[in-house]
Amino acid sequence: MTEFTPISGLIGGILIGVASVLMLWGTGRITGISGIFGGLLTPARGDVSWRAAFIAGLVLGGLLWPLITGTSLPVDLQVSWPWMLVAGLLVGFGTRLGGGCTSGHGVCGIGRRSMRSVVAVVTFMISAVVTTYVVRHLLGA
Amino acid sequence: MTKQTPALLIAFGSGILFSIGLIVSQMVNPAKVLNFLDVAGTWDPTLAFVMGGAVAVTLPLFAWVLKRPHPLFAKQFYVPTRKDVDGRLIGGSIIFGIGWGIAGLCPGPAITAAATGLLPVLGFLAAMAAGALLQNWLFTRLGK
Repeated sequence: MTEFTPISGLIGGILIGVASVLMLWGTGRITGISGIFGGLLTPARGDVSWRAAFIAGLVLGGLLWPLITGTSLPVDLQVSWPWMLVAGLLVGFGTRLGGGCTSGHGVCGIGRRSMRSVVAVVTFMISAVVTTYVVRHLLGA
Repeated sequence: MTKQTPALLIAFGSGILFSIGLIVSQMVNPAKVLNFLDVAGTWDPTLAFVMGGAVAVTLPLFAWVLKRPHPLFAKQFYVPTRKDVDGRLIGGSIIFGIGWGIAGLCPGPAITAAATGLLPVLGFLAAMAAGALLQNWLFTRLGK
């Protein structure tokens, strides 16, 4: 069980939206995190530093949060090691093949009114809901 | 200070702000994500508010930003131009959804959660990198 927290959800969502607008307005780039991360794995000349700067910020926020607020990051893992590895592999492969994840297709793609992104979001939402059902209720993991 | 510096500072600041949003909303928490996806079980609709809040900002402001002649600190906008829905978009999204539905982690939250130093999260990230490289290798061979 987790508690329904619409207010902090909304505030966090707005911060994510503002971060994405700041990125697009300042640098002309989309905050599609699977794409930013993927571009660092196959680096192209002159296309590395902005990616590294964004990813560094993404990690630094996670490091600073406990220091500033005195509360640890709310990361409550739900599945065992082998499942984590399988999931990571699928997320890496799938997001690169589908050209985006929750941030790129979700926050940014819908923000740009892209039909491709709307189709992608509906597809991965259905896929994730079905998967969670299978894992939790049929396999009992 | 090079010509690139302001854009890099913006990217850095955007990364920090993005991660704070993930933490405040608890999108970074796999338990929260899986309870959102688990509509037949212990359903927690919070993440719909996260996505709603984010899109409520990007929908109007992206339109405004993209009407500017160019970004503040770059020559042009680097925005995807494709409009077609193809098998790779669908297939990739299905595969991503399976991984997301298993662990409750997607790329952004996984990177921010790496700050905890939890080994399974770092393992997830290493596997994610391997999956991305495998896709790149496979589809370069197949001819993109």
